Amino acid sequence: MMHFEFQVEGGNFTKAGAASSQLKKILKQLNVDPKIVKRIVVALYEAEVNIVAHAYKGDIIIDIDTQKIGIKLIDEGPGIPDIEQAMQLGYSTASPSVREMGFGAGMGLPNIKNNSDELRITSEVNKGTIVELITYLNQ
Amino acid sequence: METGNFHHALKIREDLCIGCSHCMNVCPTEAIRVKNGKSVLFGDRCVDCGECFRVCPVSAIIIDHDDFNYIFDYKYRVALVPAVFTGQFPEDISLRQIHSVMLELGFTHIYEVENSVDVLSETLDAYISKNNETKPLISSFCPAIVRLIQVKFPALVDNIIRLKPPLDISAHFLKKELLSKGIPSEEIGIFYVTPCAAKIAAIKDPVGETNSPIAGVINMDFLFNKVYRQVKQRNNQSCAIPLSPKLSGKSTCWSLTSGEASHAKGRCLAIDEIHNVIEFLERLENEEISDIDFLELRACDESCAGGVLTTSNRFLTVERLRNHADSYHAKDEPVHPDAFRNPTSESDYLNERIFIDEVKPRSILKLDENMAEAMRKMEKVNRIMQLLPLVDCGVCGAPSCQALAQDIAQGEAKIQQCIFIQKILEQKGEMSLDDSIEVMQGIWGYGKTNKYRDIKGF
Repeated sequence: MMHFEFQVEGGNFTKAGAASSQLKKILKQLNVDPKIVKRIVVALYEAEVNIVAHAYKGDIIIDIDTQKIGIKLIDEGPGIPDIEQAMQLGYSTASPSVREMGFGAGMGLPNIKNNSDELRITSEVNKGTIVELITYLNQ
Repeated sequence: METGNFHHALKIREDLCIGCSHCMNVCPTEAIRVKNGKSVLFGDRCVDCGECFRVCPVSAIIIDHDDFNYIFDYKYRVALVPAVFTGQFPEDISLRQIHSVMLELGFTHIYEVENSVDVLSETLDAYISKNNETKPLISSFCPAIVRLIQVKFPALVDNIIRLKPPLDISAHFLKKELLSKGIPSEEIGIFYVTPCAAKIAAIKDPVGETNSPIAGVINMDFLFNKVYRQVKQRNNQSCAIPLSPKLSGKSTCWSLTSGEASHAKGRCLAIDEIHNVIEFLERLENEEISDIDFLELRACDESCAGGVLTTSNRFLTVERLRNHADSYHAKDEPVHPDAFRNPTSESDYLNERIFIDEVKPRSILKLDENMAEAMRKMEKVNRIMQLLPLVDCGVCGAPSCQALAQDIAQGEAKIQQCIFIQKILEQKGEMSLDDSIEVMQGIWGYGKTNKYRDIKGF
């Protein structure tokens, strides 16, 4: 069992992707199947960018064992009022300036769902969001 | 560390190596360590990019090519030369002069590699539109890049285009042309004049391909010196060779940066220089970059014009080739009756041989095959990293603290190799001075550690 933590700064797109990059490096060293690595990294990258785009700050907590990889993203931010709506393809609340940077196409949450085996989102408006995702290694 | 069975053209000559560690510090895959005062290459990590060759101050790193006299084992001796070879010579030396000297040196035929670009380009267009669900497709042109992806970006091996580069297509074409003239196969020797080490490795140990019709490889700097000297020594303008068709503008520039990308369909990017490529592939692998159709990636700055075996300044080579391309007019040159035909005349035959097999990943990053064991090793690496100074000084004989920590976790190095840790151990009386000097000599040899003592006469 291995444990890693990363901090994410809201609004700083230069550093968006740092945690997913680190996790990718770790998983490659652990000899995880490249296809599974790809799925996990895509899901985490999307979730990480969500924090950068919407929240003030966030923490990413990753637990790895030989069976599965669990990722928990906890942010302080506006929260998601309607999670079901946010899960729909193409739905986005991103500002035009964020969209100009190539983010905010409304692909985020659906993409996370497609690239993880289990996804749970809980949110409180004006407080923050918790995204938990699990990927199984032996499938 | 295990050494794979991969052929490398780059070799370190132990008798010349002074163990200065320059090569260790520039290697993009951390494939070099210093032991006993000499650089040691880990074969499974090396991608034959040649960065070490560029920086070696004593020419101890060599690129192993075939003996020139080996060409005389064959009755028909074909020089397969890339366009950048012509680009090595100053403008006042003509292609005819260069070729006539090459014939005097012993070749019977000269053929430019990029003649097969038209065949490849057509198949490439079809390949890209057919495989549009894999994005981006990555060119297989540069063999150092193919190997880099195999060892460092295993998730991207399926993106590599499974078509042979112009070099192999031209070689197949030449062989076919000569065979069709009734020449027996064993009398045909096709020799490639290479601008880099990676091409040699690719010919001697092809990735995704079983055998190569190329008999041998000659280093470009070697042949350039031989030819240029002859050209300088006399003024022979005459040349009666069967000229091969002159390269089109597109073919001439194919091996330069953007040579492929400017002709491929869709959204295409061209990236040269291996560190630039690594940076881009990191982002690509994270899927931070999407919707690119085609990627042209080259290990050398200015692509093949900057190959490690080129002599001329790479920017001047590019300028010359672009000038050649601009001055090309299809009807300019009369084609000699004995000249090789254009490979497009054999496109069906060549297209049957154009595909390469699956390119397999061979990751150098994994700490162990077994994940639980890899996790134990990673924990060990992390514990060691907390003890190391993180200055990446290289005194331990590894290129970075991270590399030393991994070597220790793999049982191939000791923590006492770190000079910072040695000092503390000495201070605490846990390591004697003699022991620490012995460790240093194990890394750097006797010469460097005894220099001060000997000169000062202690």
